[in-house]
Amino acid sequence: MNKKLRDVLFQNKVVILFIFLCVGATIASKQPLTFVIPELFTRIARNSFIVLALIIPVIAGMGLNFGIVIGAMAAQIAIFLTTYWGFTGIGGFMATVALATPISIFFGFLVGKLFNQMKGNEMIGGLVLGYFAEGIYQLIFLFIFGGVIALNNPTLMIATGVGVKNTIDLKDTVKYALDTVPMLTIIEIGFYLVLIGLVCSTIFKLAKKQTVDWKKTILSAAAALVVYGLTYIGPVEQFLAKDRLMLLSAIELGCLATVIWQALKFVRSKLSAGNAGALDAAVGAVRKPFNGKRALVNLGLAAVIYGLTYVPALYKVLIVVQLPVMTYLCIGALCCFNNILMKTRLGQNMRTVGQSRTVANAAGINVDKTRIIAMIFSTVLASWGQLIFLQNVGTLSTYGAHTQVGQFAIAALLVGGASVQKATNKQALLGIVLFHTLFIVSPLAGKELFGDPVIGEYFRVFVSYGVIAMALAMHAWKRPVKEKVETEKPDDGKKVEAA
Amino acid sequence: MRNPLKPLVDKFGLPRVIIVSFFLLLVVAAGGFQMNLMQLLSDCVRRWGMFGILALAMVPAVQCGIGLNFGISMGIVGGLLGGLIVIQLNVAQNPSLVAISPLLAAWVAVLLAILIGVVLAIGIGYLYGQLLNRVKGSEMTVTTYVGFSIIAFMNILWMLLPFSNGELIWPNAGKGLRNTISLAASFSGVMNNTLAFKIGALTVPTGLLLFFFLICFLIWLFMRSKTGIAMSAAGANPMFAKAAGINVNKMRLIGTTLSTVLAAVGILVYAQGFGFMQLYNGPMMMGFTSVAAVLIGGASPKRASITHVLIGTFLFQGILALGLPVANQFIPESNLSEVMRLIISNGIIIYALTQAKGGDSRE
Repeated sequence: MNKKLRDVLFQNKVVILFIFLCVGATIASKQPLTFVIPELFTRIARNSFIVLALIIPVIAGMGLNFGIVIGAMAAQIAIFLTTYWGFTGIGGFMATVALATPISIFFGFLVGKLFNQMKGNEMIGGLVLGYFAEGIYQLIFLFIFGGVIALNNPTLMIATGVGVKNTIDLKDTVKYALDTVPMLTIIEIGFYLVLIGLVCSTIFKLAKKQTVDWKKTILSAAAALVVYGLTYIGPVEQFLAKDRLMLLSAIELGCLATVIWQALKFVRSKLSAGNAGALDAAVGAVRKPFNGKRALVNLGLAAVIYGLTYVPALYKVLIVVQLPVMTYLCIGALCCFNNILMKTRLGQNMRTVGQSRTVANAAGINVDKTRIIAMIFSTVLASWGQLIFLQNVGTLSTYGAHTQVGQFAIAALLVGGASVQKATNKQALLGIVLFHTLFIVSPLAGKELFGDPVIGEYFRVFVSYGVIAMALAMHAWKRPVKEKVETEKPDDGKKVEAA
Repeated sequence: MRNPLKPLVDKFGLPRVIIVSFFLLLVVAAGGFQMNLMQLLSDCVRRWGMFGILALAMVPAVQCGIGLNFGISMGIVGGLLGGLIVIQLNVAQNPSLVAISPLLAAWVAVLLAILIGVVLAIGIGYLYGQLLNRVKGSEMTVTTYVGFSIIAFMNILWMLLPFSNGELIWPNAGKGLRNTISLAASFSGVMNNTLAFKIGALTVPTGLLLFFFLICFLIWLFMRSKTGIAMSAAGANPMFAKAAGINVNKMRLIGTTLSTVLAAVGILVYAQGFGFMQLYNGPMMMGFTSVAAVLIGGASPKRASITHVLIGTFLFQGILALGLPVANQFIPESNLSEVMRLIISNGIIIYALTQAKGGDSRE
């Protein structure tokens, strides 16, 4: 038992170290939680998407994708063009997404092609490629826009007419475009999407002459209708008309959802047990049997969290934080996407390629193609992530917004306990929380401790580089160890750096 | 037979042909714009000597098998510390030395700085080599990020180190060392000006070039010594070298340390020619510039020689020296030359990586 505990601690040493750092720095900064937490949630909304975009290449064995910078550049090209053409609001945002996607698919394809030429060197290649792309990007924005392609817009272009200005204000165009989609609209769109989905799948099945489970279809449609109908009830409508969700309400809803979900599971397990008989064996194999203990733990947790909201100190924090619903839904959707992808054939291929290209090749998987697809996914997702970031920030720093994207996203992922070979949604989200907490409080802590905020800023930059260096060194260190089956402690990387 | 250029292209590699043509194009363009070619050429020569040793630091690294050493910032930091200590101690203003000759005092200062830098770099390089011996196969990625980390770490130290000389710290009681430290009162231009002479408008920085060639010669001698040859063998084929009784890890350690030491010397030579020392994020990308220079000269992640350094540095620095004024003729006050630098230096590294089949993949 003791050994087990030690193993858990050792495996999560990075996370534990950063939890201590974060707590220490927060205390040292002497900032109230009512400042830190809302700031943190803003940053989570901004940055999660792009960090989650890193997971697919890790699984496909291409390491940490420093090439996401290129996705960010694609997003910035798109947002510049749509701003120039004068698109605004959520429509403008969707237009930007529609424009950014093909650009980043193209870039992702090129990057994938290039990475196939330098297998094993993807990380350093991606990093250098980022700098190279930076050159091309500057060439486009400084000389081609206005110089070769005539663009006439004094608010966007430098006075000479050649080159784009340093900062572009998105306040009147797409700022908060995604953040301010009201919940009512989201539910309405969701309702129609479900209906369309059901109709399509039914027609598809009929056309293919498969049996249609009418009962299930009708039940789903009815459920959707009920949820949609609920929005017409006065108080509910009022509650949903807003575009931000108070963190307190979000937690309450979360607890409620957990209870309902567990109840549903319980009912379902009872029903299937009733019907069972011969079918039971087959169903049991597919569906996990109902785990009473687990459900109880979940319910208990929900109750405890709900109870905690009544603690005055926490309550004060919880009512300050306002979550942009649509943005968080997008992040959640991406988490689901990452999970679902891994269940598909393509995802399995990626995993195989990631474990061993030789084995994958022998199994008849087209390794190069799989890797290119992984790169395309990552680049497209990164470009969307950058768009989410930009619409929240509200200004586009033309030559600076993308430069640190890869750096910070990768550092955040690693802080969450991910490695070069393994990364999950949970690690990404945990990493964002820890890394950005440190980001918020470290200048303030530096000011309190050393009388100079700059030291704190340098410290957080050091952390972001140091954690990547450490992860890379540990990754490389472990490989020979694995071969020799030796147990050397792999964390002298930090010491050497500090020397 | 149809294309007489083909064997030439195959021999030198396409990017090198492009870069040489680009360099010639710049020369022609500069001539076409009626610029003072001789002055530009002396600029090229000056930068060649200034930057050469930093690029030379790649040779032992590549030859001993750690590949392109993006982490020369480890050594650069040591060199910078040496320079700072010398300025702090006011060696160049030492009355008894100045009494003999101000030039001598400056030489003593720069050599002392180099000495301190070398001593520090040996220590740093040794630890760094120990790390690299444990991460065989992914040295390039690790060196890059370890290099970045040390710069970020030194950023904190530059704020906290107890230097007190007025040349070093911010004037109005600000905290920490300055971003850019002027060497005017210490050893600015000491090598460049020693024995410098002019042929028309062409200035030849004799002292600088002599020092550069001296270091090159020393490295050349070393590479031909017993240790040097053993080191190259260890880099070229570790298994074979091991079978021949060479201690591969020790050779890699020697190569890494030597590379780090050269970086420390290189940054001081660079600083004295430039007239300023840049702290904080100044040296962050110097590893990339040096790597690009030696790659342009024809090196690969597996093989690099002093000839590659000499040719590569001259071409790369020549393009930078010529590029700025020529680009300004096209679009005044633009940073077209900076964009060009980004594209060329990173483009050549990418090319080299695609050519290095296998790299650090282990299957």
